[in-house]
Amino acid sequence: MKLKPEDLDKISQRMKATTILREGAGSAKITVHMGTCGIAAGARDILSAFLKSIEESKADDIILTTSGCAGLCSREPMATIELRGKPPVKYVDLTKEKVERIFKEHVQGGEVVAEYALAIGSERVS
Amino acid sequence: MNLMVCTGTGCVSNGAFQIIDALKKELIRHNLEREIQIITTGCNGFCANGPIVVVQPDDIFYQMLTVKDIPFLVEEHFLKGRPVKNLMYTPGGDQTPVPKMHDIGFFKKQRLIALANRGIINPEEIDEYIARDGYTALRKVLADMTPDTIIDEIKRSGLRGRGGGGFPTGIKWEVCKKAHGDEKYIICNADEGDPGAFMDRSIVESDPHSVLEGMIIGARAIGAKNGFIYIRNEYPLALRRINRALEQARDYGLIGENIFGTDFCFDVKVNRGAGAFVCGEETALIRSLEGKHPQPRVKPPFPAISGYDGKPTNINNVETWANIPRIINHGADWFSSIGTESSKGTKVFSLVGKVNNTGLVEVPMGITLREIIFDIGGGIKDNKAFKAVQTGGPSGGCIPEDLLDMPVDYESLTKAGCIMGSGGMIVMDEDTCMVEVARYFLSFTQDESCGKCTFCRIGTKRMLEILERITQGNGEEGDIELLETLAKNIIQGSLCALGKTAPNPVLTTIKYFRHEYEAHIREKTCPAKQCKSLITYKIREDKCIGCGLCRKNCPTQAISGEKKQVHAIDQNLCIKCGVCYDSCRFDAIEVQ
Repeated sequence: MKLKPEDLDKISQRMKATTILREGAGSAKITVHMGTCGIAAGARDILSAFLKSIEESKADDIILTTSGCAGLCSREPMATIELRGKPPVKYVDLTKEKVERIFKEHVQGGEVVAEYALAIGSERVS
Repeated sequence: MNLMVCTGTGCVSNGAFQIIDALKKELIRHNLEREIQIITTGCNGFCANGPIVVVQPDDIFYQMLTVKDIPFLVEEHFLKGRPVKNLMYTPGGDQTPVPKMHDIGFFKKQRLIALANRGIINPEEIDEYIARDGYTALRKVLADMTPDTIIDEIKRSGLRGRGGGGFPTGIKWEVCKKAHGDEKYIICNADEGDPGAFMDRSIVESDPHSVLEGMIIGARAIGAKNGFIYIRNEYPLALRRINRALEQARDYGLIGENIFGTDFCFDVKVNRGAGAFVCGEETALIRSLEGKHPQPRVKPPFPAISGYDGKPTNINNVETWANIPRIINHGADWFSSIGTESSKGTKVFSLVGKVNNTGLVEVPMGITLREIIFDIGGGIKDNKAFKAVQTGGPSGGCIPEDLLDMPVDYESLTKAGCIMGSGGMIVMDEDTCMVEVARYFLSFTQDESCGKCTFCRIGTKRMLEILERITQGNGEEGDIELLETLAKNIIQGSLCALGKTAPNPVLTTIKYFRHEYEAHIREKTCPAKQCKSLITYKIREDKCIGCGLCRKNCPTQAISGEKKQVHAIDQNLCIKCGVCYDSCRFDAIEVQ
């Protein structure tokens, strides 16, 4: 296939979905904590709920990823939301319904959903 | 999640492909093969610590992996989400492992232009390059720029040749464009031959399309229809990737007839070099391309006027080409804002020798040698003291500690008697004998001299003989001065840069480490205790407990002694291999 100048953008757009993740440069990063405790408390459902919200929103610059236990096992499932340039916010005791609201208000709207949030910021690492 | 597995030559020889197979197997076992993709990338630059896997988007850096680590890694990190600390990079001994790639000192001080895509894209997929703005510079050039505005942009950027000479790239292009001739040629010099240098190989391996795009833009600027990539046959992976890149680019109509549907046509051939060092010299390279015996010729006329087949030819190094698309995309002002007054942009160095983090680094011009060696390189191995750094490969010079705060740019290095060269950087510690270093590098250039100029052919031979004599303890008063005279004449009497720079290692070691030469000649000792003819191994009676380990290990049975009695070395049998020194656990062997 011989390319026309505008084809570059099409290829680029198509590839974005796979490459954006690697650059770690999205507008928001959602980390679902999937330690053993998180998985037992239903983190996998939370992950798919976030995934569904992202797909529905058609946003292409949101990074969804998983990590380990955040240390507060009794409040799982947990997720951390980081908007670019803002400190991370940890949410606890998540349900699918809470995810929908957090996604809409915080990830897309930029307003922290205070009633579900545990804390802003992270522990100091060494 | 994406697992970026480095498949540069360094990591492949450390078993990267076995790691990939093991990862695939484990991912399937845990039903994770859909959620987690394995991406093969080019060299990360941190070659000493391969095989390397970077987990994105979390930017977690795993190093020195073995197949045995994989089941545990997959289960812990990818299934349970607990990154495995003991497989991460640890900065020296007891400090906590550093998980984030960009928190590692080695990566933190680097600024990537030529290597911007390293470790991020799969070099064998053109679409991944396009996703990172690949070929948009070419599109811009064809749509909005004339050959003159392209050349003007490159001139204003201040880009200078990265192959060693440092000649302004834009001016080179301009001369070639203005030269008369119905046919013109573009050449990419990928005949990297310095011992310990692997910048060009790594760029071609990790981002071949950037080099190709640069060449196409260059062809547009000077009006060339054909190009060559002259690449070493000893670089099989780079060869495969550049060939694959050409194939894909041809498929997309980015090389060949009517690029992007315009009337611009340009095609590229790959030519494999047979490993002669002198072929890195442009006129010798062109003769080799023409199928002739590779010998440099008198310049002028420069290749830009009369090159391949007597036609105007523009020849640039791999790294220079890789810079071109970024300059077009980001603009000359952006590029010239990086670096120093006379040296703009970044330079890729292969940092090797006695540093903790050996590998490939790209740094802004003007950074100090100290920052490169101590901040990026992580300091000297085994806590030894720094002695010298050799830049520019066998034609470069050795820089001592008191010049470490010197900024790295073309002029400062030349002033110190060194050259930027293609970017080899060899770090030496206190255990390195500078006379031996000079002898080693001169033996390389002596061997690689093409023999055309008498001074280079015979003069370097005489210098080598003198250096050999000095390291063997047969140096005489006046040898240093004789070396200096010979060096001066060789520099004057040689046509090409090989001869003109061959004496550099000798001259700089005499300049900065004259006392070592004098110790060899006058006292017949080697201060670094490396020259075998000038040292003896002895056993200290107060420390030897008679364990017999050295006796067992000695390859020439030169050590004798009863159990639990002090041992002794028979100097007539000793070949000074140092095995006894390495095997003794009680520091009872000393070198004098």
